[in-house]
Amino acid sequence: MNSIILLSVLGLGNLFLGFLRSNRLLLPAAMLMLALVFGINLIDWNEGAQSYFNNMLVIDNFSVAFTGVVILTTFLLIPFSQKFVRDGEANLAEYYSLLLFSLVGAVMMVAYNHLLILFVGIETLSIAMYVLAGSDKRNLRSNEAALKYFLMGSFTTGILLFGIALVYGATGTFQLSDISFAVQNPINDSLQPMLYIGMLLMLVGMGFKVSAAPFHFWTPDVYEGTPTFFAAFMSTVVKAAGFAAFLKLMVQVFPAASAQGVWLPTLTAMCALTLLLGNVGAVAQTSVKRMLAYSSVSHAGYLLIGLVAFNGQLEGASANAIFFYSLAYSVATVAAFGVLKLVADQRQREDYNGLNGLAKTNPLLAFVMTVAMLSLAGIPLTGGFFGKFFIFSAAVENGYIGLVVFAVVMSMVSIYYYLRPIIAMYMRETDVTTDEPILVSSFQSAALFVLALLTVVLGVLPGLISGIL
Amino acid sequence: MDQNIPQVIQTVPLQYYVFFATALFSIGVVGVLTRRNAIIIFMCVELMLNAVNVLLTAFSAYRADPNGQIFVFFIMAVAAAEVAVGLAIIVMIYRNLQNTDVNLLNRLKF
Repeated sequence: MNSIILLSVLGLGNLFLGFLRSNRLLLPAAMLMLALVFGINLIDWNEGAQSYFNNMLVIDNFSVAFTGVVILTTFLLIPFSQKFVRDGEANLAEYYSLLLFSLVGAVMMVAYNHLLILFVGIETLSIAMYVLAGSDKRNLRSNEAALKYFLMGSFTTGILLFGIALVYGATGTFQLSDISFAVQNPINDSLQPMLYIGMLLMLVGMGFKVSAAPFHFWTPDVYEGTPTFFAAFMSTVVKAAGFAAFLKLMVQVFPAASAQGVWLPTLTAMCALTLLLGNVGAVAQTSVKRMLAYSSVSHAGYLLIGLVAFNGQLEGASANAIFFYSLAYSVATVAAFGVLKLVADQRQREDYNGLNGLAKTNPLLAFVMTVAMLSLAGIPLTGGFFGKFFIFSAAVENGYIGLVVFAVVMSMVSIYYYLRPIIAMYMRETDVTTDEPILVSSFQSAALFVLALLTVVLGVLPGLISGIL
Repeated sequence: MDQNIPQVIQTVPLQYYVFFATALFSIGVVGVLTRRNAIIIFMCVELMLNAVNVLLTAFSAYRADPNGQIFVFFIMAVAAAEVAVGLAIIVMIYRNLQNTDVNLLNRLKF
């Protein structure tokens, strides 16, 4: 709760910083604010569940942990915000404020205990992201991304809301625990079909938000057109918050055996399809940014395995596995997008050849990108390996062996496209467009160093955070 | 008006509201999937949201539970915010393309 209030107030305060007309102040100020919120958020750790607004919002260890992930991700991402808007007249303070406001939505999504808060949280996050996706106003690709994201997002919200309305009709409440009780003790059998249709529509709505197949088709287009900085934000913060919300919905709302008969087969099919389409789609790409977009779809597939294999409570192996995976994935993705943004800004190209010879001109960038790619591919000694390991072992314990075998095969496919940037950086020669070293500011070098370090630490000492929930 | 509003709503059977809202919602979905003008797609999305509002109000009146109607207020407020952002995006596109046909937006391809 403190983090919601603080983020809102600081977001407003940040708008006033815009009056100073000094853009150099904005980045350190935003980083300071995020560090402050991160610290304040940790105060609620292990304080037990505290409920606010008539039990509509509950702050517990689960929400504190995921709030920590989204704020840490934003903190490490924000140094790459320099020159993120090409429009010289734009007021940069507004963009930082929108980022802070969208984080308010993310925190509400991880802490909701009432479907109203889920809806308001998703919308707070999404509406800010619609604006940010179109922040490159004169670039038609950015315009197109904004319109696609906006139309798909509001369409999805409509579907999610219709699902919520039907569930409300069948159960008479929006409170998570009451819905769960009503699902397990149905008052009236004739209302069951309405409940099931409502659940499926909510599943479709959440599937769109976390870009799970077959509702993923907007993802590559939107990520490609959106300015790289905001694409990184979308593929990390939006996804981590979305999965936390999805997990809470699965575990707290529909745990009854009858409801699982509807959820689980659908979710398992979505999971397998997401893994297949995400990984196969990524192989065919020539643009690194599009590859990362498909990679985010395929990682949604791995996270869905964690949802399928949940063990019925928010404290336990499954929640821990999803938490660890979100953190490892977010850190590696921020590193990859950060390097890509620095390279693309200077070399004006986002394909694999744009990375040629990076190891000679900028060894630090090439090294960080390599660590990020290895982590995303799930190679041992990186965080991504243990992320996959925890998710797969939770799934095997719950008897989803076929799904795990399929996921392992698919992650072998992913090694092909994750190694391509590494080959370009280390084995290809530079040409005229790529022989200049990339300019990296000290903030950015520090962030890249921390990102690489975090990825390796998560891979060497996973026990530090693997059992905290 | 000696009858209060929930009683007026209850003079129509609940199923009718469900069918009506579902029909309205389906019209919205079909519109989003088939129309090509960004503004009309947007209107269809609003139709979907209003179908949800009708449904929530009807359930709320039948259960004598105000939660559903409060939810409707939140949907209206959020939809208004969404309209503001959405129309701004459409205006931005119109300035660059002099058109709002979504078929012209094909720079991002698979």
